[in-house]
Amino acid sequence: MKRILPLLLLAALLAACAPQGPVTLTVMTHDSFAASDTVIQAFEKANNVKVAFLKSGDAGAELNKAILTKDAPLADVMYGTDNTFLSRALDAGILQPYASPLLAKIPAEFKLDPQDRLLPVDYGDVCINYDKAYFSSHNLAVPATLEDLFKPEYKGLLVVENPATSSTGLTFLLATVKHFGSPDYIGYWKNLRQNGLVVVDGWETAYYTNFSGSSGHGPQPMVVSYASSPAAEVVGASTPLTESPIGTILGPDTCFRQIEFVGVLQGSKHLALAQKFVDFMLDKQFQEDMPLQMYVYPVNPEAVLPDAFVKYAQIPTQPARLSPADIAAGRDQWIADWTAAVLH
Amino acid sequence: MQDQIQKTVENRISESASLRFADSLIRRIWFWLPISLFLAVFFFYPLARILWLGLNPAAPLKLAPASLLVSRDAVFFTFYQASLSTLLTLAVGLPAAFLFARFDFHGKVFLRLLTAIPFMLPTVVVAAGFNAFLGPRGWVNLGLMNLFHLSTAPIPFVGTLGAILMAHVFYNTTIVIRLVGNALAHLDPRLEQAARTLGADSPQVLRRLLLPLLRPSILAAALLVFIFDFTSFGVILLLGGPAFSTLEVVIYLQAIQFFNLPLAALLSLFQLLCTLTFSVLYSRVVIRMAVTSAPRSAESNLRRPRARSEKLFVAVSCLFCFLFFVFPLLSLPMRSVTRLEADRGERAGVHYGLTIDYYRELFINRRETVFYVPPFAAIGNSLVYAAVTVILSLALGFPAASALARPGRLERLIDPLLMLPLGASAVTLGLGFIVTFNRPPLALLASPVLVPLAHTLIALPFVIRSLQPALASIPDRLRQAAASLGASPLHVWAAVDWPIVARATLGAAVFAFTVSLGEFGATSLVVRPEYPTLPIAIARFLSQPGGLNYGQAMAMATILMVVCGAGILSIEKLRLPGAGEF
Repeated sequence: MKRILPLLLLAALLAACAPQGPVTLTVMTHDSFAASDTVIQAFEKANNVKVAFLKSGDAGAELNKAILTKDAPLADVMYGTDNTFLSRALDAGILQPYASPLLAKIPAEFKLDPQDRLLPVDYGDVCINYDKAYFSSHNLAVPATLEDLFKPEYKGLLVVENPATSSTGLTFLLATVKHFGSPDYIGYWKNLRQNGLVVVDGWETAYYTNFSGSSGHGPQPMVVSYASSPAAEVVGASTPLTESPIGTILGPDTCFRQIEFVGVLQGSKHLALAQKFVDFMLDKQFQEDMPLQMYVYPVNPEAVLPDAFVKYAQIPTQPARLSPADIAAGRDQWIADWTAAVLH
Repeated sequence: MQDQIQKTVENRISESASLRFADSLIRRIWFWLPISLFLAVFFFYPLARILWLGLNPAAPLKLAPASLLVSRDAVFFTFYQASLSTLLTLAVGLPAAFLFARFDFHGKVFLRLLTAIPFMLPTVVVAAGFNAFLGPRGWVNLGLMNLFHLSTAPIPFVGTLGAILMAHVFYNTTIVIRLVGNALAHLDPRLEQAARTLGADSPQVLRRLLLPLLRPSILAAALLVFIFDFTSFGVILLLGGPAFSTLEVVIYLQAIQFFNLPLAALLSLFQLLCTLTFSVLYSRVVIRMAVTSAPRSAESNLRRPRARSEKLFVAVSCLFCFLFFVFPLLSLPMRSVTRLEADRGERAGVHYGLTIDYYRELFINRRETVFYVPPFAAIGNSLVYAAVTVILSLALGFPAASALARPGRLERLIDPLLMLPLGASAVTLGLGFIVTFNRPPLALLASPVLVPLAHTLIALPFVIRSLQPALASIPDRLRQAAASLGASPLHVWAAVDWPIVARATLGAAVFAFTVSLGEFGATSLVVRPEYPTLPIAIARFLSQPGGLNYGQAMAMATILMVVCGAGILSIEKLRLPGAGEF
C-alpha cells in the first residue's frame, strides 16, 4: 500500500506536465461566480480553447491569493474584485492594462481605473430587504431612510452582517460612512445597537436563518442583502410566485453600489486569449447571461434584462458611492471602529 | 588470559548490542520514512513557506495596539472555550462510551451510528439543524411560546457561549466514544472479576481499576477534542456570532480581510506552538502510563443490562443520546421534504406541505450553469476522495503507529509532531498550499489529488491514535511464544498482531472516511470546480437566495448524512480475512 503514494504523486506530476489538446485558459473567480454552460461553450468553440475556472474563496481571499502568487500566477484572467478591493489589487501590480474595444459602450460611471487594468463587468446594490407580509400584518410602515431605522417601532427588526467577515456587511457599512461622514457614522451605529440591532457573521446566516422573508422564516423582517434579492426570490421559488414576498428600501444612501471587475493577470501565458475572454465578458451574450446566474446587473447597456428583473427588482436611484481610494484609506479603521462600537 | 577472554566476550556483547541497536534504528527509519516524507512535503514545507513570507524581516510587522488587544482577548477566549468544551465532551462521551462498550440492547448499532454522523457534517448544516431545533423560530422556542403565550423566544441560543459549547460537544463526542469505548471493550474482563472477588464495589472498580487502565485512551481523546475546539472556526462564526472570536478567527480576519500577513503568521505560529506543547505534555504522560494486558474480544465484555441500576443507566443514556444527537439531525431531513411557502407572495402565515420537489430538482440543471453538480457525481467524487484518504492514511499511519507502540528515543521526539496538522491554522495552511503548489515540480493546484492529500493530513492523527493503543496492548510474550514455535516474523504478524488490531484498523478507517466526507475548509481552498464534493455542493446552494436553493441544500445535506451512515456501517461490517473478534 505504501507504493500508492509515489504512484499518485507521479500521476499528478504527469497530469500537470503532459501536453493537452486545446490550450487551457484559466480564469480565477470568487465562489459566487456562475455562468451558463452554453455561453461558456460558445467561447470555447469560437477560440478552440478550454476554459477552466479556479474558484478561490470570497473576493478578498481570491485577491490575496492572486497577490501571493504574483511571480507564478495561478490564472490568466481574474474576475470578481469589487470597488471595495480595487485599490489593493491595483497597488499590488498584479494586473496588466488592456483597453478593450468594448469599453467604449460602457458608461463612464463604472470605469474606475483610468489605466484599464480592471474593467467593469457588472454591478449590484447592497440594500435593506424587508418582509412584506410582516409589515402588512403588523400595520407597520416600511422605514424610508437610514435614520428611520433607530425609531422604537423598529426595535430588534434588523439583521446585518459583520463587516469584518462579510463583504455584504462591509458594503453596507460604507453606505453609512458616506451618509453620515466619519466619525458621525459611529454614533449612528451606536443608536442602531441600542435599538436591538442583530449582527451575524455572513450573508447566508443573515438571509436564511435570521430573515423572516426567506426560507428560514427567522425572527427579523429586515436584512442587509441586495436590490436583486426580490427578483431572486421569485426566480428561485419552489412554487411559481406572481409577486415577490420581499421588497427593497430605496431611500437616500440606503444602498451602496458594488461594481465587479475583470482583469488580465501579469505573467499570463495566453495573453491574446485572455484579452479575448475579457472582451467576451463585456459583450452582449455573457452580459445577458449574468443577471439570472449571479443576480447582478450588466454594465453593458446593450444587454437586455430578463423579465424577472424588470418586474420584481428595483434599481436604487441614489445609491451611495465612495471612491476606491477613500475606501482603501479608511476601511481597516472603519471596521475596527465599528467592531469597537457595535460588538464590544 | 582470563582478562582477554573477558574482554573479547564484552566486546562481542557490546558489538551485537550496537548492531541490534543499529538494526532496529534502520528498521525504525523505514517505519517512519513514508509519513515523514508526506508530512514534509504536504505540511511542513507549505507552512514554512507561508510563515516565512509573513515573518520575513523585509515585511514590517503591523502591530497596532488595537489588534494586539483583540489578539490577547482571542487567546484567552480560545483557551477558555476549548477547556470548557473538552470537559463537557468528556462528561457526555465517557458514559456513552461505557454504554456502547458494555451493554447490548435494541437499536444499539443505529444509535451508535447517529453519534458518529455529526462529526462529518459541514458547520453550515449543523448550524441550520440547531437553528431549526433551538433557534428563535425553532421547535422548542415556538412550542414554549405557544404553550405560555409568549411574544418572544424564551431560550436564547444563537450568539451565546452555550451554543458554541453545545455544538462542540455535538461534533466531538464520537471521538471519545470511539477511542475510549474501544479500549474499554477490549479490557480483560478477568481483571474486573478478580477485583470484585476481592470485595471491590462498583465505584471502587471504576476508580481503582477502570480509570487507571483507560487513562491513556481518555487522555488521547481529550487531546484530540481539545485541539479541535482550540482551532474552532465555523462554529464560532455561525453559532457564536460576531461577539466571540478565537485565535483561528483572528488569523482569518488578519490574513484575508486586512491582508496583514505578518500578524497572521505570528498568531499561526503561536497556535502551532500551543498545539505542540499540548502534544508534548500528552506524550510525556501517556508513555509513562502504557499498560499491556491480554486483550479480549469485544463480545466477551458485552451483556444485556440486568440489575435495576444498569437498566436505569442504559435507559437514561439512550434517551439523552437520542435527544441530543437525533433531534438536531432530524430537522434536516424533515426540512428537505417540507415546503414552507404560500402560493402567492403574501405570506401571512407559514404554510406547510410535504414535497419531494427538492430532491427532484437536484437532478435538473435548471439554470444550465457551468457549475451544475449532478447529485450522483458529487456522491461519487466524495466517495472516491474518501476511499483514497482511507487507503493513504492507513498506509502512512500503520507503520507510524507500529513504531509508536514500542517507543524509543526517536518516537518520543516524533510523536508530538504528528498532532501538528490538527493544530495548524487552516487559513494559513491553505495560503501555504497556494504559494507552494503553484509551480513545477509540484504544480498540484491544477490537479484533483490535492483534495485527498489535504484530507489525509487531517485524518492521520486520528488513524494513528486509533491504531497505537491497540498495537501497544499486544503483549510481547504472545509474539515470543509464536516465534519460539517456529513462526516467521510475517507469520507472527498474521497470527498475533493482525487479529488483535484488525478491528482497530476498521475504527481508524471510519475516522479517515468521516474526516474526508465532511471536510470543508481545506477542500474549498483546493478543490477543482469540476470535481465538487457533497459539502461543496451544499455550500453552493446556500450561497443564493430562493426557497428552491434552500430546499436543495437541505436535500443534499440529507444525502450526505445517508451516504456517511451507509459508509460507516459497511466499513464496520467488513469481515477482514484472518481477523479475530477483537
